[in-house]
Amino acid sequence: MTHIDGNALAGQLSDLFAFDLTTAIGRCVNCGTAGMIGAAMVYVASPGTVARCPHCGAVLATIVETDDTIWLSLAGVTAIEVAKKA
Amino acid sequence: MTAAARTAWYTGTVVEARPETSSARRIVIDVPDWPGNDAGQHLDVRLTAPDGYQAQRSYSIASAGAGTRVELAVDELPDGEVSPFLVEDLAVGDKLELHGPLGGYFVWMPQAVTQDARPVQLIAGGSGVVPFLAMVRAHADAADPTPFRLLYAVRQPDDVFYRQELAKLAADGLQIDYVYSRTAPHDWPVPAGRITKEALAGFAIPASDKPRVYICGSTGFVELIAGWLIELGHDAGDIRTERFGGK
Repeated sequence: MTHIDGNALAGQLSDLFAFDLTTAIGRCVNCGTAGMIGAAMVYVASPGTVARCPHCGAVLATIVETDDTIWLSLAGVTAIEVAKKA
Repeated sequence: MTAAARTAWYTGTVVEARPETSSARRIVIDVPDWPGNDAGQHLDVRLTAPDGYQAQRSYSIASAGAGTRVELAVDELPDGEVSPFLVEDLAVGDKLELHGPLGGYFVWMPQAVTQDARPVQLIAGGSGVVPFLAMVRAHADAADPTPFRLLYAVRQPDDVFYRQELAKLAADGLQIDYVYSRTAPHDWPVPAGRITKEALAGFAIPASDKPRVYICGSTGFVELIAGWLIELGHDAGDIRTERFGGK
């Protein structure tokens, strides 16, 4: 199955976060690599979206959306580093 | 106009729509409340059918800066849900719901902002050139001294987006290299065919110059190019990609 980039999640994530999560740095639970969420490998398939670590392929995050609810799991990310607004 | 510009849903009015290529259309939308956008950002377009059914797709923005006119260039996917409407049916005067500006990852900012003098290599596959239009325009508008080079892989000359504008930018000094996969112009030095690692090595800024590289195109194209660049000595951390799916 083909994938796209974490950058493509910016729209969905902007509904949930006050900052641009795609430029935040996340650390993979599985391999410990830290990188921008925008660089994750994203697989879009109904009903949900899966973001995987570009280094080890482990699942970083999942998003499932229905008409009135969004489920977000960040179970594969240990910490998120966000630049403070200047 | 920074990546921190407020992301929201906006309603815009189509003020211009004209053929870009035989399968693509350039669409200019006036969005009175648009906060401006950085070069390389995208937006989501939401269409709502009379029965309430909604479909949403992401499109790169070809314009950049503080203006309230947002420009898209949309290639029609034959089995698409949103692009056939945008390319075939959308008319000047129509309203569009837009969510943006989105994404701070695949953006280029002028050297005056970043203090980053490293050269920039842009590599487009087909309609993947759209975010790079925003970048080369922003680069020209700012008279930015960063060395820029664009490698544009496209099927044939008639499929080139923004042909006249790119020709003018090239005449003004922007280095643009075209690689044609199906039909090349009569006297073109590189025969038409699938891009090769050798062509990439010949046209891209070498790894020794430490360029920042942006690649946008189908997933297959981006994977191929990014893989070769790493084999050619580029650091994976210097390569930013925007895949739009497909093969």
